[in-house]
Amino acid sequence: MEIDTAGIDFAPIFTLDTKLKLQSQVELAGAKCAYQTYGTLNAERSNAIMICHGLTGDQYVSGTNPLTGRAGWWNHVVGPGLVFDTDRYFVICANVLGGCLGTTGPSTINPDTGQPWNMNFPVFTVADMVDLQVHLIDALGIDQLFAVIGASMGGMMALDWAVRHSERVFAAVPVAASWRHTAQNIAFHEVGRRAIAADANWHDGAYREHGVKPEKGLAAARMVAHITYLSETAFQEKFGRDLPRDSKLSFVLDPEFEVERYLDHQGKTFVRRFDAASYMYLTRAMDYFDLAARHDGDLAAVFRGVGTRFLVVSFTSDWLFPTAEARTVVRALNANAADVSFIEIPADYGHDSFLIESATDFHDVLEGFLDGTARRRGLKP
Amino acid sequence: MSKPLPRRADLRLIVQLVPPGGRVLDVGCGDGTLLQTLETEKRVDGHGIEIRNHRVEACMRKGLSVIQGDADADLPDFPDRSFDSVILSQALQNMHRPREVLDQLLRIGERAIVSFPNLGHWRARLTLLCRGRMPIVETSDTPRTWYDTPNIHLCTIRDFLLMCETLGITVEEGHAVGRDGSLRRLGKVAAWDTLWTHQAVYVLTRPRRSASGE
Repeated sequence: MEIDTAGIDFAPIFTLDTKLKLQSQVELAGAKCAYQTYGTLNAERSNAIMICHGLTGDQYVSGTNPLTGRAGWWNHVVGPGLVFDTDRYFVICANVLGGCLGTTGPSTINPDTGQPWNMNFPVFTVADMVDLQVHLIDALGIDQLFAVIGASMGGMMALDWAVRHSERVFAAVPVAASWRHTAQNIAFHEVGRRAIAADANWHDGAYREHGVKPEKGLAAARMVAHITYLSETAFQEKFGRDLPRDSKLSFVLDPEFEVERYLDHQGKTFVRRFDAASYMYLTRAMDYFDLAARHDGDLAAVFRGVGTRFLVVSFTSDWLFPTAEARTVVRALNANAADVSFIEIPADYGHDSFLIESATDFHDVLEGFLDGTARRRGLKP
Repeated sequence: MSKPLPRRADLRLIVQLVPPGGRVLDVGCGDGTLLQTLETEKRVDGHGIEIRNHRVEACMRKGLSVIQGDADADLPDFPDRSFDSVILSQALQNMHRPREVLDQLLRIGERAIVSFPNLGHWRARLTLLCRGRMPIVETSDTPRTWYDTPNIHLCTIRDFLLMCETLGITVEEGHAVGRDGSLRRLGKVAAWDTLWTHQAVYVLTRPRRSASGE
Protein backbone atom coordinates (compact mmCIF):
# COMPACT_ATOMS: atom_id res chain seq x y z
CA MET A 1 0.00 0.00 0.00
CA GLU A 2 1.17 3.44 -0.82
CA ILE A 3 0.56 6.48 1.33
CA ASP A 4 -3.08 7.22 0.93
CA THR A 5 -3.07 10.25 -1.32
CA ALA A 6 -6.16 9.11 -3.22
CA GLY A 7 -8.71 11.85 -3.55
CA ILE A 8 -6.25 14.60 -2.59
CA ASP A 9 -5.92 17.38 -5.11
CA PHE A 10 -2.34 18.65 -5.00
CA ALA A 11 -3.12 21.53 -7.37
CA PRO A 12 -1.63 23.81 -8.38
CA ILE A 13 0.92 21.66 -10.18
CA PHE A 14 3.46 23.16 -12.55
CA THR A 15 4.63 20.96 -15.45
CA LEU A 16 8.00 21.65 -17.03
CA ASP A 17 7.74 21.55 -20.83
CA THR A 18 11.47 21.06 -21.32
CA LYS A 19 13.69 18.37 -19.88
CA LEU A 20 15.16 18.93 -16.44
CA LYS A 21 18.88 18.31 -16.74
CA LEU A 22 20.09 16.71 -13.54
CA GLN A 23 23.58 16.91 -12.01
CA SER A 24 24.01 13.26 -12.99
CA GLN A 25 23.56 14.37 -16.65
CA VAL A 26 20.30 12.42 -16.81
CA GLU A 27 17.53 14.40 -18.45
CA LEU A 28 14.16 14.11 -16.77
CA ALA A 29 11.15 14.66 -19.04
CA GLY A 30 7.79 16.01 -17.95
CA ALA A 31 8.79 16.95 -14.42
CA LYS A 32 5.91 18.19 -12.30
CA CYS A 33 6.10 20.38 -9.24
CA ALA A 34 3.23 20.73 -6.76
CA TYR A 35 3.26 23.98 -4.83
CA GLN A 36 1.22 26.24 -2.61
CA THR A 37 1.16 30.02 -2.48
CA TYR A 38 -0.02 32.40 0.22
CA GLY A 39 -0.62 36.13 -0.18
CA THR A 40 -0.49 38.15 -3.39
CA LEU A 41 2.35 38.85 -5.79
CA ASN A 42 2.71 42.64 -6.04
CA ALA A 43 2.71 44.57 -9.34
CA GLU A 44 6.53 44.81 -9.34
CA ARG A 45 6.75 41.06 -8.60
CA SER A 46 9.28 41.88 -5.92
CA ASN A 47 7.69 40.45 -2.76
CA ALA A 48 8.00 36.69 -3.35
CA ILE A 49 9.46 34.50 -0.62
CA MET A 50 10.36 30.89 -1.39
CA ILE A 51 10.18 28.65 1.66
CA CYS A 52 12.12 25.41 1.19
CA HIS A 53 10.89 22.54 3.30
CA GLY A 54 13.01 19.98 5.12
CA LEU A 55 13.62 16.30 4.33
CA THR A 56 10.15 15.07 5.23
CA GLY A 57 8.31 18.37 5.02
CA ASP A 58 5.90 19.42 2.31
CA GLN A 59 4.37 22.39 0.53
CA TYR A 60 1.60 22.83 3.11
CA VAL A 61 3.47 25.37 5.16
CA SER A 62 0.34 27.14 6.37
CA GLY A 63 -3.34 26.34 6.68
CA THR A 64 -4.48 22.72 6.85
CA ASN A 65 -2.44 19.88 5.38
CA PRO A 66 -4.93 17.80 3.33
CA LEU A 67 -2.99 14.58 3.92
CA THR A 68 -2.68 14.74 7.69
CA GLY A 69 -5.62 17.03 8.43
CA ARG A 70 -3.29 18.96 10.73
CA ALA A 71 -2.00 22.53 10.63
CA GLY A 72 0.83 23.31 8.20
CA TRP A 73 4.35 22.86 9.59
CA TRP A 74 5.00 26.62 9.82
CA ASN A 75 1.39 27.65 10.34
CA HIS A 76 2.41 29.77 13.33
CA VAL A 77 4.74 32.01 11.28
CA VAL A 78 3.12 32.14 7.83
CA GLY A 79 -0.10 34.14 7.55
CA PRO A 80 -1.58 37.63 7.78
CA GLY A 81 0.28 39.73 10.35
CA LEU A 82 2.69 36.89 11.16
CA VAL A 83 6.47 36.72 10.60
CA PHE A 84 5.96 35.86 6.94
CA ASP A 85 3.18 38.39 6.67
CA THR A 86 1.02 37.26 3.76
CA ASP A 87 -0.53 40.75 3.62
CA ARG A 88 2.93 41.94 2.62
CA TYR A 89 4.75 39.00 1.06
CA PHE A 90 3.87 36.40 -1.54
CA VAL A 91 4.92 33.09 -0.01
CA ILE A 92 5.66 30.08 -2.20
CA CYS A 93 6.35 26.58 -0.91
CA ALA A 94 6.91 23.72 -3.34
CA ASN A 95 7.11 19.98 -2.78
CA VAL A 96 10.71 19.15 -3.69
CA LEU A 97 11.83 16.99 -6.58
CA GLY A 98 11.64 13.39 -5.42
CA GLY A 99 8.95 14.19 -2.85
CA CYS A 100 5.69 12.31 -2.57
CA LEU A 101 3.00 14.99 -2.41
CA GLY A 102 2.34 15.79 -6.06
CA THR A 103 5.85 16.50 -7.36
CA THR A 104 7.69 14.07 -9.64
CA GLY A 105 9.47 11.40 -7.65
CA PRO A 106 9.94 7.63 -7.37
CA SER A 107 6.25 7.11 -6.56
CA THR A 108 5.02 8.90 -9.69
CA ILE A 109 4.59 7.37 -13.13
CA ASN A 110 7.51 7.16 -15.54
CA PRO A 111 6.00 8.53 -18.79
CA ASP A 112 8.20 6.20 -20.84
CA THR A 113 6.92 3.01 -19.23
CA GLY A 114 3.58 3.96 -17.75
CA GLN A 115 4.79 2.33 -14.53
CA PRO A 116 5.90 3.93 -11.25
CA TRP A 117 9.53 4.96 -11.33
CA ASN A 118 10.39 3.18 -8.09
CA MET A 119 14.14 2.53 -8.01
CA ASN A 120 14.50 3.48 -11.68
CA PHE A 121 14.10 7.11 -10.72
CA PRO A 122 17.40 8.90 -11.34
CA VAL A 123 19.48 9.86 -8.32
CA PHE A 124 19.19 13.62 -7.93
CA THR A 125 20.80 16.33 -5.80
CA VAL A 126 19.83 19.40 -3.77
CA ALA A 127 20.89 21.49 -6.78
CA ASP A 128 18.42 19.56 -8.94
CA MET A 129 15.62 20.33 -6.48
CA VAL A 130 16.56 24.01 -6.66
CA ASP A 131 16.66 23.97 -10.46
CA LEU A 132 13.09 22.66 -10.59
CA GLN A 133 12.08 25.57 -8.35
CA VAL A 134 13.90 27.99 -10.65
CA HIS A 135 11.65 26.79 -13.48
CA LEU A 136 8.68 27.26 -11.17
CA ILE A 137 9.44 30.93 -10.48
CA ASP A 138 10.06 31.42 -14.22
CA ALA A 139 6.56 30.12 -14.80
CA LEU A 140 5.20 32.42 -12.08
CA GLY A 141 6.87 35.38 -13.82
CA ILE A 142 9.23 36.17 -10.96
CA ASP A 143 12.69 37.45 -11.93
CA GLN A 144 14.05 37.77 -8.43
CA LEU A 145 12.84 36.27 -5.18
CA PHE A 146 12.75 38.71 -2.29
CA ALA A 147 13.99 35.90 -0.06
CA VAL A 148 14.66 32.19 0.02
CA ILE A 149 14.46 30.59 3.42
CA GLY A 150 14.74 27.02 4.57
CA ALA A 151 15.79 24.92 7.52
CA SER A 152 17.79 21.70 7.51
CA MET A 153 17.58 20.33 3.94
CA GLY A 154 15.67 23.50 3.12
CA GLY A 155 18.66 25.47 4.41
CA MET A 156 20.90 23.59 2.01
CA MET A 157 18.51 24.60 -0.77
CA ALA A 158 18.59 28.24 0.36
CA LEU A 159 22.40 28.18 0.19
CA ASP A 160 22.38 26.52 -3.22
CA TRP A 161 19.82 29.04 -4.52
CA ALA A 162 22.03 31.92 -3.38
CA VAL A 163 25.24 30.47 -4.78
CA ARG A 164 24.10 29.23 -8.19
CA HIS A 165 21.28 31.70 -8.82
CA SER A 166 22.46 34.67 -6.77
CA GLU A 167 21.03 37.28 -9.16
CA ARG A 168 17.60 35.78 -8.56
CA VAL A 169 17.80 35.83 -4.76
CA PHE A 170 17.80 39.17 -2.93
CA ALA A 171 18.17 37.55 0.49
CA ALA A 172 18.84 34.01 1.71
CA VAL A 173 18.17 32.56 5.14
CA PRO A 174 19.71 29.13 5.79
CA VAL A 175 18.53 27.91 9.20
CA ALA A 176 19.93 24.92 11.15
CA ALA A 177 21.85 23.96 8.03
CA SER A 178 25.35 23.39 6.77
CA TRP A 179 27.42 23.82 3.65
CA ARG A 180 27.88 20.04 3.48
CA HIS A 181 26.53 16.86 4.96
CA THR A 182 29.05 15.60 7.50
CA ALA A 183 30.26 12.00 7.86
CA GLN A 184 28.04 11.65 10.92
CA ASN A 185 25.01 12.97 9.01
CA ILE A 186 25.65 10.49 6.19
CA ALA A 187 26.11 7.67 8.69
CA PHE A 188 22.71 8.26 10.29
CA HIS A 189 21.05 8.36 6.88
CA GLU A 190 22.68 5.10 5.87
CA VAL A 191 21.26 3.40 8.98
CA GLY A 192 17.82 4.63 7.92
CA ARG A 193 18.18 3.40 4.37
CA ARG A 194 19.50 0.05 5.58
CA ALA A 195 16.47 -0.34 7.85
CA ILE A 196 14.12 0.24 4.92
CA ALA A 197 16.01 -2.13 2.63
CA ALA A 198 15.99 -4.81 5.34
CA ASP A 199 12.20 -4.81 5.50
CA ALA A 200 10.75 -7.97 3.90
CA ASN A 201 8.18 -5.74 2.18
CA TRP A 202 10.84 -3.67 0.44
CA HIS A 203 11.08 -5.95 -2.65
CA ASP A 204 14.06 -3.96 -3.97
CA GLY A 205 11.83 -0.92 -4.10
CA ALA A 206 9.05 -2.59 -6.09
CA TYR A 207 6.72 -2.77 -3.07
CA ARG A 208 4.01 -0.92 -4.95
CA GLU A 209 3.69 -3.82 -7.39
CA HIS A 210 3.40 -6.21 -4.46
CA GLY A 211 0.68 -4.13 -2.83
CA VAL A 212 2.69 -3.79 0.36
CA LYS A 213 4.84 -1.17 2.02
CA PRO A 214 8.08 -1.44 4.02
CA GLU A 215 6.38 0.15 6.99
CA LYS A 216 8.56 -1.39 9.68
CA GLY A 217 11.76 -0.38 7.97
CA LEU A 218 10.57 3.15 7.24
CA ALA A 219 9.32 3.52 10.82
CA ALA A 220 12.71 2.39 12.18
CA ALA A 221 14.45 4.88 9.86
CA ARG A 222 12.21 7.62 11.18
CA MET A 223 12.86 6.61 14.78
CA VAL A 224 16.62 6.88 14.32
CA ALA A 225 16.30 10.17 12.47
CA HIS A 226 13.94 11.58 15.08
CA ILE A 227 16.54 11.00 17.80
CA THR A 228 18.94 13.18 15.81
CA TYR A 229 16.33 15.94 15.53
CA LEU A 230 16.03 16.39 19.30
CA SER A 231 18.59 17.23 21.95
CA GLU A 232 19.48 14.99 24.82
CA THR A 233 17.99 17.62 27.14
CA ALA A 234 14.71 17.51 25.25
CA PHE A 235 14.50 13.73 25.59
CA GLN A 236 15.49 13.78 29.24
CA GLU A 237 13.06 16.53 30.19
CA LYS A 238 10.21 15.11 28.17
CA PHE A 239 10.56 11.46 29.13
CA GLY A 240 13.36 10.82 31.57
CA ARG A 241 13.09 7.15 32.53
CA ASP A 242 9.31 7.38 32.84
CA LEU A 243 7.20 4.26 32.57
CA PRO A 244 3.48 4.34 31.81
CA ARG A 245 0.66 3.36 34.18
CA ASP A 246 1.94 1.53 37.25
CA SER A 247 5.52 2.78 36.96
CA LYS A 248 6.93 -0.70 37.45
CA LEU A 249 9.31 -2.58 35.20
CA SER A 250 7.51 -5.40 33.39
CA PHE A 251 10.59 -7.52 32.63
CA VAL A 252 9.75 -7.71 28.93
CA LEU A 253 11.67 -6.63 25.84
CA ASP A 254 8.71 -4.86 24.24
CA PRO A 255 8.65 -1.07 24.21
CA GLU A 256 8.05 -0.08 27.76
CA PHE A 257 9.63 3.28 28.53
CA GLU A 258 7.70 6.39 27.56
CA VAL A 259 10.52 7.36 25.22
CA GLU A 260 10.17 4.04 23.37
CA ARG A 261 6.43 4.48 23.03
CA TYR A 262 6.96 8.02 21.79
CA LEU A 263 9.41 6.91 19.09
CA ASP A 264 7.07 4.07 18.14
CA HIS A 265 4.29 6.61 17.67
CA GLN A 266 6.60 8.85 15.60
CA GLY A 267 7.43 5.92 13.32
CA LYS A 268 3.83 4.82 12.88
CA THR A 269 2.45 8.25 12.03
CA PHE A 270 5.32 8.92 9.64
CA VAL A 271 4.68 5.88 7.41
CA ARG A 272 1.13 7.10 6.85
CA ARG A 273 2.36 10.30 5.25
CA PHE A 274 5.68 9.49 3.61
CA ASP A 275 6.90 7.19 0.85
CA ALA A 276 9.85 4.88 1.56
CA ALA A 277 11.47 5.32 -1.86
CA SER A 278 11.20 9.11 -1.60
CA TYR A 279 12.93 8.84 1.77
CA MET A 280 15.75 6.81 0.21
CA TYR A 281 16.33 9.30 -2.60
CA LEU A 282 15.96 12.47 -0.54
CA THR A 283 18.38 11.32 2.16
CA ARG A 284 20.84 10.52 -0.65
CA ALA A 285 20.43 14.02 -2.09
CA MET A 286 21.33 15.48 1.31
CA ASP A 287 24.35 13.15 1.59
CA TYR A 288 25.60 14.40 -1.77
CA PHE A 289 25.38 18.03 -0.67
CA ASP A 290 28.78 19.72 -0.50
CA LEU A 291 28.75 23.36 -1.54
CA ALA A 292 32.56 23.55 -1.63
CA ALA A 293 33.02 20.53 -3.89
CA ARG A 294 32.82 22.62 -7.05
CA HIS A 295 35.77 24.72 -5.82
CA ASP A 296 38.01 21.91 -4.54
CA GLY A 297 36.87 22.43 -0.97
CA ASP A 298 37.45 26.20 -0.94
CA LEU A 299 34.17 27.43 0.53
CA ALA A 300 35.15 31.10 0.37
CA ALA A 301 35.58 30.80 -3.40
CA VAL A 302 32.01 29.49 -3.65
CA PHE A 303 30.60 32.79 -2.40
CA ARG A 304 32.77 35.01 -4.61
CA GLY A 305 30.63 37.60 -6.35
CA VAL A 306 27.45 36.56 -4.54
CA GLY A 307 25.53 39.78 -3.84
CA THR A 308 22.74 38.15 -1.85
CA ARG A 309 22.07 39.37 1.69
CA PHE A 310 22.35 36.51 4.17
CA LEU A 311 20.99 35.62 7.56
CA VAL A 312 22.50 32.43 8.98
CA VAL A 313 20.79 30.93 12.03
CA SER A 314 21.81 28.06 14.27
CA PHE A 315 20.44 26.70 17.54
CA THR A 316 22.57 26.03 20.61
CA SER A 317 21.27 22.47 21.19
CA ASP A 318 21.35 21.35 17.53
CA TRP A 319 23.97 18.61 17.34
CA LEU A 320 22.93 17.42 13.86
CA PHE A 321 23.78 20.76 12.21
CA PRO A 322 25.83 22.37 14.96
CA THR A 323 26.75 26.03 15.21
CA ALA A 324 30.33 25.30 14.11
CA GLU A 325 29.00 24.33 10.66
CA ALA A 326 27.00 27.53 10.38
CA ARG A 327 30.01 29.55 11.49
CA THR A 328 32.07 28.05 8.70
CA VAL A 329 29.52 29.42 6.24
CA VAL A 330 29.64 32.83 7.94
CA ARG A 331 33.43 32.91 7.82
CA ALA A 332 33.42 32.07 4.11
CA LEU A 333 30.92 34.89 3.53
CA ASN A 334 33.04 37.30 5.60
CA ALA A 335 36.05 36.39 3.47
CA ASN A 336 34.10 37.95 0.59
CA ALA A 337 32.94 40.91 2.68
CA ALA A 338 29.40 39.73 1.96
CA ASP A 339 26.29 41.16 3.61
CA VAL A 340 25.77 38.55 6.30
CA SER A 341 24.08 38.35 9.66
CA PHE A 342 24.50 35.44 12.00
CA ILE A 343 22.93 34.44 15.27
CA GLU A 344 23.00 31.33 17.42
CA ILE A 345 19.60 31.13 19.08
CA PRO A 346 19.52 29.70 22.60
CA ALA A 347 17.14 26.74 22.36
CA ASP A 348 16.90 23.43 24.22
CA TYR A 349 14.92 21.45 21.71
CA GLY A 350 17.70 20.46 19.30
CA HIS A 351 17.65 20.52 15.51
CA ASP A 352 13.85 20.73 15.39
CA SER A 353 13.89 24.04 17.30
CA PHE A 354 13.03 25.79 14.03
CA LEU A 355 9.61 24.10 14.11
CA ILE A 356 8.72 25.08 17.66
CA GLU A 357 5.88 27.56 18.10
CA SER A 358 7.36 28.98 21.31
CA ALA A 359 10.72 29.86 19.67
CA THR A 360 9.84 33.55 19.80
CA ASP A 361 13.47 34.74 19.79
CA PHE A 362 13.94 32.99 16.46
CA HIS A 363 10.74 34.49 15.08
CA ASP A 364 11.70 38.01 16.22
CA VAL A 365 15.06 37.66 14.49
CA LEU A 366 13.42 36.51 11.26
CA GLU A 367 10.90 39.33 11.39
CA GLY A 368 13.61 41.95 11.99
CA PHE A 369 15.72 40.59 9.16
CA LEU A 370 12.82 40.49 6.71
CA ASP A 371 11.83 44.02 7.71
CA GLY A 372 15.37 45.38 7.29
CA THR A 373 15.68 43.55 3.98
CA ALA A 374 12.35 44.96 2.80
CA ARG A 375 13.62 48.48 3.53
CA ARG A 376 16.74 47.80 1.46
CA ARG A 377 14.66 46.31 -1.34
CA GLY A 378 12.24 49.24 -1.23
CA LEU A 379 9.19 47.12 -0.37
CA LYS A 380 6.31 49.09 1.07
CA PRO A 381 5.49 48.28 4.71
CA MET B 1 9.56 58.68 13.98
CA SER B 2 12.30 60.49 15.88
CA LYS B 3 15.79 59.39 14.93
CA PRO B 4 17.57 57.45 17.64
CA LEU B 5 20.54 59.44 18.91
CA PRO B 6 23.19 57.74 20.99
CA ARG B 7 23.30 59.11 24.52
CA ARG B 8 26.97 58.40 25.02
CA ALA B 9 29.11 61.41 24.16
CA ASP B 10 31.79 59.31 22.48
CA LEU B 11 29.16 57.81 20.19
CA ARG B 12 27.82 61.23 19.18
CA LEU B 13 31.37 62.21 18.31
CA ILE B 14 31.94 59.02 16.32
CA VAL B 15 28.83 59.77 14.24
CA GLN B 16 30.46 63.08 13.30
CA LEU B 17 33.77 61.43 12.49
CA VAL B 18 32.38 58.80 10.09
CA PRO B 19 32.33 60.02 6.48
CA PRO B 20 28.93 59.56 4.82
CA GLY B 21 28.07 56.76 2.45
CA GLY B 22 30.81 54.19 3.01
CA ARG B 23 30.95 50.66 4.31
CA VAL B 24 31.23 50.61 8.08
CA LEU B 25 32.01 47.81 10.51
CA ASP B 26 31.18 48.40 14.17
CA VAL B 27 33.17 45.92 16.25
CA GLY B 28 31.34 45.25 19.51
CA CYS B 29 28.25 47.02 18.22
CA GLY B 30 26.11 46.36 21.31
CA ASP B 31 22.39 46.82 20.66
CA GLY B 32 23.11 48.56 17.35
CA THR B 33 22.24 52.12 18.40
CA LEU B 34 25.34 53.60 16.75
CA LEU B 35 24.95 51.54 13.56
CA GLN B 36 21.32 52.55 13.26
CA THR B 37 22.22 56.21 13.69
CA LEU B 38 24.98 55.92 11.10
CA GLU B 39 22.60 54.26 8.65
CA THR B 40 19.95 56.95 9.01
CA GLU B 41 22.20 60.03 9.35
CA LYS B 42 25.24 59.08 7.28
CA ARG B 43 23.62 56.66 4.82
CA VAL B 44 26.38 54.15 5.44
CA ASP B 45 26.24 50.44 4.64
CA GLY B 46 26.51 49.29 8.23
CA HIS B 47 27.74 45.96 9.58
CA GLY B 48 28.42 44.82 13.12
CA ILE B 49 29.99 42.15 15.27
CA GLU B 50 28.67 41.51 18.75
CA ILE B 51 29.46 38.68 21.13
CA ARG B 52 26.43 38.73 23.40
CA ASN B 53 23.39 36.93 22.10
CA HIS B 54 20.66 39.23 23.46
CA ARG B 55 22.41 42.26 21.96
CA VAL B 56 22.73 40.56 18.57
CA GLU B 57 19.02 39.88 18.80
CA ALA B 58 18.37 43.56 19.54
CA CYS B 59 20.38 44.47 16.42
CA MET B 60 18.43 41.99 14.31
CA ARG B 61 15.14 43.43 15.53
CA LYS B 62 16.39 46.75 14.13
CA GLY B 63 17.04 45.07 10.78
CA LEU B 64 20.81 45.58 10.98
CA SER B 65 23.44 43.26 9.47
CA VAL B 66 25.18 41.87 12.52
CA ILE B 67 27.22 38.75 13.19
CA GLN B 68 27.26 37.05 16.55
CA GLY B 69 30.98 36.66 16.93
CA ASP B 70 34.15 37.47 18.73
CA ALA B 71 36.40 40.32 17.56
CA ASP B 72 39.42 38.50 18.94
CA ALA B 73 38.72 35.55 16.63
CA ASP B 74 36.62 36.73 13.68
CA LEU B 75 38.39 39.82 12.31
CA PRO B 76 41.08 37.85 10.44
CA ASP B 77 38.32 36.44 8.17
CA PHE B 78 37.67 39.77 6.45
CA PRO B 79 39.62 40.80 3.33
CA ASP B 80 42.08 43.71 3.39
CA ARG B 81 40.49 47.16 3.12
CA SER B 82 36.97 45.76 2.90
CA PHE B 83 35.50 48.63 4.95
CA ASP B 84 35.86 52.39 4.72
CA SER B 85 35.58 52.79 8.48
CA VAL B 86 35.96 50.30 11.27
CA ILE B 87 34.73 51.38 14.69
CA LEU B 88 35.79 50.02 18.05
CA SER B 89 33.89 51.98 20.64
CA GLN B 90 34.52 51.26 24.31
CA ALA B 91 35.55 47.71 23.54
CA LEU B 92 39.35 47.81 23.31
CA GLN B 93 39.59 47.17 27.04
CA ASN B 94 37.43 44.03 26.66
CA MET B 95 39.67 42.39 24.09
CA HIS B 96 41.87 39.45 24.99
CA ARG B 97 44.47 40.58 22.45
CA PRO B 98 43.99 44.32 21.93
CA ARG B 99 47.19 44.69 19.93
CA GLU B 100 46.14 42.06 17.37
CA VAL B 101 42.64 43.51 17.22
CA LEU B 102 43.95 47.02 16.52
CA ASP B 103 46.27 45.60 13.87
CA GLN B 104 43.29 43.84 12.24
CA LEU B 105 41.13 46.99 12.36
CA LEU B 106 43.66 48.81 10.21
CA ARG B 107 44.09 45.89 7.89
CA ILE B 108 40.37 45.54 7.06
CA GLY B 109 39.50 49.25 7.26
CA GLU B 110 40.76 52.33 5.43
CA ARG B 111 40.43 54.05 8.77
CA ALA B 112 39.71 52.97 12.31
CA ILE B 113 37.86 54.99 14.91
CA VAL B 114 38.67 53.83 18.40
CA SER B 115 37.26 55.09 21.68
CA PHE B 116 38.46 53.91 25.07
CA PRO B 117 38.50 54.98 28.72
CA ASN B 118 41.76 56.60 29.80
CA LEU B 119 43.26 54.96 32.85
CA GLY B 120 45.69 57.88 33.04
CA HIS B 121 42.92 60.23 34.22
CA TRP B 122 43.90 62.05 37.41
CA ARG B 123 41.11 60.37 39.40
CA ALA B 124 42.41 56.92 38.50
CA ARG B 125 45.93 57.96 39.41
CA LEU B 126 44.75 59.42 42.68
CA THR B 127 42.80 56.29 43.61
CA LEU B 128 45.91 54.20 43.18
CA LEU B 129 48.18 56.74 44.89
CA CYS B 130 46.07 57.65 47.90
CA ARG B 131 43.76 54.73 48.47
CA GLY B 132 46.04 52.01 47.17
CA ARG B 133 43.12 50.52 45.28
CA MET B 134 42.67 49.47 41.68
CA PRO B 135 40.78 52.29 39.95
CA ILE B 136 37.34 51.39 38.66
CA VAL B 137 36.92 52.84 35.20
CA GLU B 138 33.44 53.91 34.28
CA THR B 139 32.33 52.35 31.02
CA SER B 140 28.89 51.51 29.71
CA ASP B 141 28.91 48.60 32.11
CA THR B 142 28.21 49.39 35.73
CA PRO B 143 31.38 49.78 37.80
CA ARG B 144 32.56 46.48 39.18
CA THR B 145 35.38 45.11 41.24
CA TRP B 146 38.79 44.44 39.68
CA TYR B 147 38.12 40.69 39.76
CA ASP B 148 34.70 40.90 38.17
CA THR B 149 34.92 43.18 35.15
CA PRO B 150 34.94 42.77 31.37
CA ASN B 151 37.59 45.52 31.30
CA ILE B 152 40.59 43.24 31.24
CA HIS B 153 42.97 45.41 29.22
CA LEU B 154 42.74 48.99 30.40
CA CYS B 155 45.37 51.44 29.21
CA THR B 156 46.30 55.09 29.33
CA ILE B 157 46.35 57.40 26.34
CA ARG B 158 50.14 57.23 26.27
CA ASP B 159 50.03 53.43 26.31
CA PHE B 160 47.63 53.52 23.40
CA LEU B 161 49.70 55.94 21.34
CA LEU B 162 52.83 53.88 21.92
CA MET B 163 51.04 50.80 20.66
CA CYS B 164 49.92 52.69 17.55
CA GLU B 165 53.52 53.71 16.94
CA THR B 166 54.72 50.11 17.23
CA LEU B 167 52.11 49.02 14.69
CA GLY B 168 53.00 51.76 12.21
CA ILE B 169 49.63 53.41 12.69
CA THR B 170 49.14 57.11 11.93
CA VAL B 171 47.04 59.12 14.37
CA GLU B 172 44.89 61.42 12.19
CA GLU B 173 43.07 63.14 15.00
CA GLY B 174 42.28 62.69 18.67
CA HIS B 175 39.47 63.94 20.85
CA ALA B 176 38.96 63.99 24.58
CA VAL B 177 35.51 63.40 26.00
CA GLY B 178 34.95 64.79 29.47
CA ARG B 179 32.79 63.32 32.22
CA ASP B 180 30.13 65.88 31.37
CA GLY B 181 30.23 64.96 27.67
CA SER B 182 32.30 67.99 26.71
CA LEU B 183 34.66 67.61 23.74
CA ARG B 184 38.20 68.82 23.35
CA ARG B 185 40.73 68.28 20.60
CA LEU B 186 43.72 66.24 21.73
CA GLY B 187 47.06 67.54 20.56
CA LYS B 188 50.36 65.74 20.29
CA VAL B 189 51.35 63.41 23.07
CA ALA B 190 51.29 65.51 26.22
CA ALA B 191 51.22 64.27 29.76
CA TRP B 192 48.94 67.12 30.63
CA ASP B 193 46.28 65.94 28.17
CA THR B 194 46.11 62.49 29.59
CA LEU B 195 45.44 63.78 33.09
CA TRP B 196 42.18 65.45 32.19
CA THR B 197 40.83 63.08 29.58
CA HIS B 198 38.09 60.75 30.67
CA GLN B 199 37.48 59.07 27.32
CA ALA B 200 39.63 59.30 24.22
CA VAL B 201 38.45 58.96 20.62
CA TYR B 202 41.08 58.51 17.91
CA VAL B 203 40.89 58.38 14.14
CA LEU B 204 43.65 56.12 12.84
CA THR B 205 45.02 55.19 9.43
CA ARG B 206 47.97 53.20 8.19
CA PRO B 207 49.94 53.65 4.99
CA ARG B 208 49.03 50.84 2.60
CA ARG B 209 52.50 49.39 2.16
CA SER B 210 53.10 48.82 5.84
CA ALA B 211 49.82 46.99 6.29
CA SER B 212 50.47 43.82 8.24
CA GLY B 213 51.79 41.27 5.85
CA GLU B 214 49.91 38.13 4.88
